[in-house]
Amino acid sequence: MAEASAGHATIIQDWASDVTTFKGVPWGKAMMWIFLLSDTFIFSIFLTSYMTVRATTAEPWPNASEVFSLMAFGHSVPLLLIAIMTFDLITSSGTMALAVNYGYRRDKRKAIFFICATAFFGAVFVGMQMFEWYKLISEGVRPWGNPWGAAQFGSCFFMITGFHGLHVSAGVVYLLIIAYRLHKGVYDKTNFEIVEIVGLYWHFVDLVWVFIFAFFYLW
Amino acid sequence: MAQAEIPYQESMELHHPHSWVTKYWYSQDHKVIAIQYGITAMAVGLVALVLSWIMRMQIGFPETGAAWGITPDIYYQSITMHGMIMVIYLLTAFLLGSFGNYLIPLMLGARDMVFPFVNMISYHVYLLSVIVLLLGYVLPGGPTGAGWTLYPPQAILSGTPGVDWGIITMLGSLAIFIVAFTMGGLNYVTTILQARTRGMTLMRMPLSVWGIFAATVLGLLAFPALFVSAVMMLLDKLIHTSFFMPAIASAFDAAATQYDGGSPLLFQHLFWFFGHPEVYIVALPAFGVVSDLLSVHARKNIFGYRMMVWAIVAIGVLSFIVWAHHMYVAGMHPYFGFFFATTTLIIAVPTAIKVYNWTITLWRANIKFTVPMLFAISFVITFVVGGLTGLFLGNVIVDVPLSDTYFVVAHFHMVMGVSPILVIFGGIYHWYPKITGRMLNDTIGKWHFWVTAIGTYLIYFPMHYLGFVGTPRRYYDNVLASGGESAFYPESAALLNAGISITAFVVGAFQFLFIYNLVVSYWRGREAGPNPWGATSLEWRTPQTPPIHGNWGDQLPTVHRWAYDFSVPGEKEDFIPQDVPRQA
Repeated sequence: MAEASAGHATIIQDWASDVTTFKGVPWGKAMMWIFLLSDTFIFSIFLTSYMTVRATTAEPWPNASEVFSLMAFGHSVPLLLIAIMTFDLITSSGTMALAVNYGYRRDKRKAIFFICATAFFGAVFVGMQMFEWYKLISEGVRPWGNPWGAAQFGSCFFMITGFHGLHVSAGVVYLLIIAYRLHKGVYDKTNFEIVEIVGLYWHFVDLVWVFIFAFFYLW
Repeated sequence: MAQAEIPYQESMELHHPHSWVTKYWYSQDHKVIAIQYGITAMAVGLVALVLSWIMRMQIGFPETGAAWGITPDIYYQSITMHGMIMVIYLLTAFLLGSFGNYLIPLMLGARDMVFPFVNMISYHVYLLSVIVLLLGYVLPGGPTGAGWTLYPPQAILSGTPGVDWGIITMLGSLAIFIVAFTMGGLNYVTTILQARTRGMTLMRMPLSVWGIFAATVLGLLAFPALFVSAVMMLLDKLIHTSFFMPAIASAFDAAATQYDGGSPLLFQHLFWFFGHPEVYIVALPAFGVVSDLLSVHARKNIFGYRMMVWAIVAIGVLSFIVWAHHMYVAGMHPYFGFFFATTTLIIAVPTAIKVYNWTITLWRANIKFTVPMLFAISFVITFVVGGLTGLFLGNVIVDVPLSDTYFVVAHFHMVMGVSPILVIFGGIYHWYPKITGRMLNDTIGKWHFWVTAIGTYLIYFPMHYLGFVGTPRRYYDNVLASGGESAFYPESAALLNAGISITAFVVGAFQFLFIYNLVVSYWRGREAGPNPWGATSLEWRTPQTPPIHGNWGDQLPTVHRWAYDFSVPGEKEDFIPQDVPRQA
C-alpha cells in the first residue's frame, strides 16, 4: 500500500516537473509510443467497421473455419495456415525481445543477429499471407464478391489483412535498415535504444494480428 | 541496465542550411516551416474565399448567377471545396501547422522541434495534399460536389458532380493530409512532453501551447477515423466494394447497381467521430491563443489559469463522445439521441468556464485596444453567439425542424468558422512583429477588423432568421425553378439573401487588404523591437528579432514563473517575463 502511494506520488512529481514528463525516455521512444496510440485507433476503427458491416449486411456471412481450411494428409484442417502464421509471428516477437535485451547489453553482434531473425520471420509471415491471398483468390474470393455469401467478407478480409500486411512489410524494411545502421556504427554513441523503439513497433504489429485473428478467423 | 542518455535541447545538433533551397524550401527550422504552412494555408484559403463569392452570387442573385454561368454543378462544387478547404486545409493547417510550429519551441524555450527532419517532410506532404486537392479542378468532371461531408451513396454515384475524378482526388488528398498532420503532430506532442527548458513545467506553459497540445492529441486520435473512411470509400469507388453502399436500383446508372449490403450510416458515424473532435482541433488552439492575447493586451493575468487548462482537457475528452449529434435526423434510437444530447450539453460547462474566465480577465483591466485585442474581444463575443445556438441544435427535439436549414449554417460559421479565423487574425497581428521584426500597419488593421467583425454579424445574423422560417441549405435555386415563387422560400428570404451576399463580397474584398498589409509591412512597417507589446512569454525574449535558427544563444533560457505576471503590485514595469528570477 505504501509502495502504491509512493508510485502515485512519483507520477504526480513527473508530470509536475520541468524539461521532461517521462523521465529517462528518449525522444524517439516517446514519439513511437504516441504514433502507436494513433495507429491503434486506425486498426480499432478498421475492426469496428468490419463488425458493423458484418452486422448490417443482409447476406449470410461465410463460415470462417470452412473458408480458412487447408488440406493436410487428406483431411481438411480448419485454420491450419493461420495457426502457423500466428505461431510464426509470435516467434518473431520472441526474437525481437532477445534483440532488445542484447542491444541494452551492448552485444551488437547478437542484437543484429536477432533483428535479422525477426525480419526473417516477418518476411515468412508476409509470404504465407500472399499464399493465403492466392488461395482465396483462386477460389473466387474478390473484394466485391465471393461464392459463399456477403460481399463484405472479401472486402474486409483484403482490406484489413492487407493493411496489416503492409505494416509487417514496412516493419521488415525498418528492421533491416536498423540492423544495417547498427552494423555501420551509427548508434555507437547511444544506448542502442533504437532497438527497443523498432521493437515497440514490431510487438505492436504482432498484437494487432492477435486481434485480427480473434475477430476475423475465430468469429 | 544503464539509464538511457537523454539528448537535451542544448546539445541538439541543428542542420544548418547551406543554400537558398535548404534555407527557405527544404528548411528544418521550425520557424521557416511555420511560415511555409502559413503562406500555403492562406493561399488555399483565398481560393476558398473566391468559392464562397460564387456561392453567395448564386444564392443572393439567382437570375444573374445563372446568367453568369453558375450552373448547379459549379455551385455544389464550390460549396464542397469551400467547406473542406476552410476546415482542413486552412484552419487545421494554420492553427496547428503554422501557430503550432512557430510557437511551441519558442514558448517552451527549445531550440527546435525534436525531429526537425520529420517536421520538414510534414510540410511538403501537406503541400502535396493541397496540390492533389486542387488537381480536381483540372481533371475531367471537375472537383467533387458531394458537400463537405461527402456522404455516400450520393458522393460516388453519377448525378453528383466530380464523380469521375473529383471524389478520388478529394479522398486521396485527405489521406495524404492525415499523413502530413501525423508527422507534424507527433513532433508537437513529443516536443511539449519531453523537450521543455529548465523551469518550464506543464503548469507554467502559456495557454497557447496547452490549446495546441490538446488539439494535436485530438487530431492524432480523430484523424484515423477519417483516414479509414477515406480508404473505404475509395475502395467502394474504385473496385466496387460495398462498405458504405447499399443495394441500389437505378435505371440510368449501371455502376450503381453493382453494390449490395453496405451501410451508409457507418460512414456518417466514422465521419463525425472525426468531424466533431475536428471542431475542437480548430477551437482549442484558438482558445489558447486568445487567452494569451487577452492577458497581454489587458495587462492582467489570465483569470483561473488552472481552470482554463482543465477546461481544455475536459473539452478534449468530451469531444469524443458527442459525435452523433450531427446525425439526429439520420435515423437513430431515441435513447442514443438522449445520450448524445446530454453529452453535448455537458460540453457547454467547461466552455462556459472559459468564457467567464475571459470576461473576468477583462474586468477592471488596463485594456489596450490594439488590433490583436480587438480581434480577441470580438472572438469572445462571436463564440458566445455561436455557442448559444449550439444549445438549440444540441437538443434533439429542437434540432429536427432546424436541421439542414440556414440556422445550422449560421451556427457553425459563427462558432467554428469565423471565431477561429478572428483568432488567427489576432494572432498574426500579435506575432508578426516577432516573425518579421516590423509592425503591421495599424490603420489598415483597424479597417480590416471593423469591416470583418461587423460584416460577420451582417452575414450570419440574418441566416438565423432564414433558418427559423425554414429556408433549406444547399439548394441551388429556389426562385426560378418554381416560376418566381417557392414553397420552400418565403419572400423575405430573397431580400435578406441579396443583402448577405453584398456584405460577403465587401468583407471578402477587405481580406485582400489584409494580405496587402502583410506584404507591404514586411518592408515598410515600423521597426518593432524585441517586445513591442510588453509580453511575458519566452518567444519575446530571444536574443535576436526575428529569432535565428536555434532560437537562443549558447544557453537555453531558464523559467522562473508562469507566463501571466502582469501588473504585479510594487513592480516598476507592468510585466515580468518568465525568465526573470523571483526575488528571495
